[in-house]
Amino acid sequence: MNQDLYQFALRLADTSLTMGQRLAEWCGHGPYLEEDVALTNVSLDLIGHAQMFYQLACDNSETSTSPDDLAFLRDVPEYRNPLITELPRGDFAYTTLKQYFIDVYHLHLYQQLSVSSDEQLAALAQKALMEVKYHLSRSEAWCQRLSLSTEEAHEKMQKALDDLWFYTPELFETDESMQRLMTASVIPDMGAIQTVWQQQTEQLLEDCQLAKPENGWMATGGLVGEHTEHLGYMLADMQFLQRAYPGCEW
Amino acid sequence: MSEMKLYEVFIRAKSGLNHRHVGSLHASDPQMALLNARDVYTRRKEGVSIWVVEAEQITASNPAQEHEWFDPAEDKVYRHPTFYPLDKEVENM
Repeated sequence: MNQDLYQFALRLADTSLTMGQRLAEWCGHGPYLEEDVALTNVSLDLIGHAQMFYQLACDNSETSTSPDDLAFLRDVPEYRNPLITELPRGDFAYTTLKQYFIDVYHLHLYQQLSVSSDEQLAALAQKALMEVKYHLSRSEAWCQRLSLSTEEAHEKMQKALDDLWFYTPELFETDESMQRLMTASVIPDMGAIQTVWQQQTEQLLEDCQLAKPENGWMATGGLVGEHTEHLGYMLADMQFLQRAYPGCEW
Repeated sequence: MSEMKLYEVFIRAKSGLNHRHVGSLHASDPQMALLNARDVYTRRKEGVSIWVVEAEQITASNPAQEHEWFDPAEDKVYRHPTFYPLDKEVENM
């Protein structure tokens, strides 16, 4: 069970870390000053969540490790985030819609995890949930404003949706390890999370007059460490310092 | 940015205190102004409540009239409630 929880904690942590890192790339590039501050606030929240979940992973690890080791010393095949979170940040519409999809996912996932049979996981999920609720109110407000404003903004949102939609089912994938955790009520039924996620996001897309693409090719791979080429570049950027100067602190 | 309006931001530091003006920001509409104010002005736990007001909606006194409006109050000390003794029991005045 410890090994299963270790893997799942990595899934949560890697998801938040890659989201946080992509948002951090907006620092100094936000569409205007106030939004620049807001984007990096959310980025830091997510990196904070990653740190908590890496600690949970460490507490369930068979070998001695630290949150920093897990973040900075693992290579691409060891990362367990779904592919959607590692995609390049794109334009502001793309970042916004991706954030919205992940916020809704986190909302329902953390709500259920906060009643997990694992007390530590439940407490961490509850803590993250509070911040996620705020993230969602932001990303939802932005989706509505961008989609329902100018033709150009609406087009960019539609384009982002056409691209991102195929990465969303992967959020709810499970493997044998997760299924054991589901049986033990450590984690919720991901199928049920997917159902509420779909209801909520499809309602927003409709309100935003965005056309959901027909289901077709669907991305997969994160759970078994098969990633897009983008993750390698992200890790190179993020891990450079620890790789070049092992153990360095400041 | 051309669509953005200027909003003035007021924060209540804690329950029971007044909202105080802390600064301003740009936003597309009041709801976004609130969200941005939360992120720009309450990152370090500065408050528990936010008001935003479109700057255009504020009617302000004319700086050119500053002297005629406000200087006459300067030498009217009798307007301050300091000319009577307070009972000992009264605290926090």
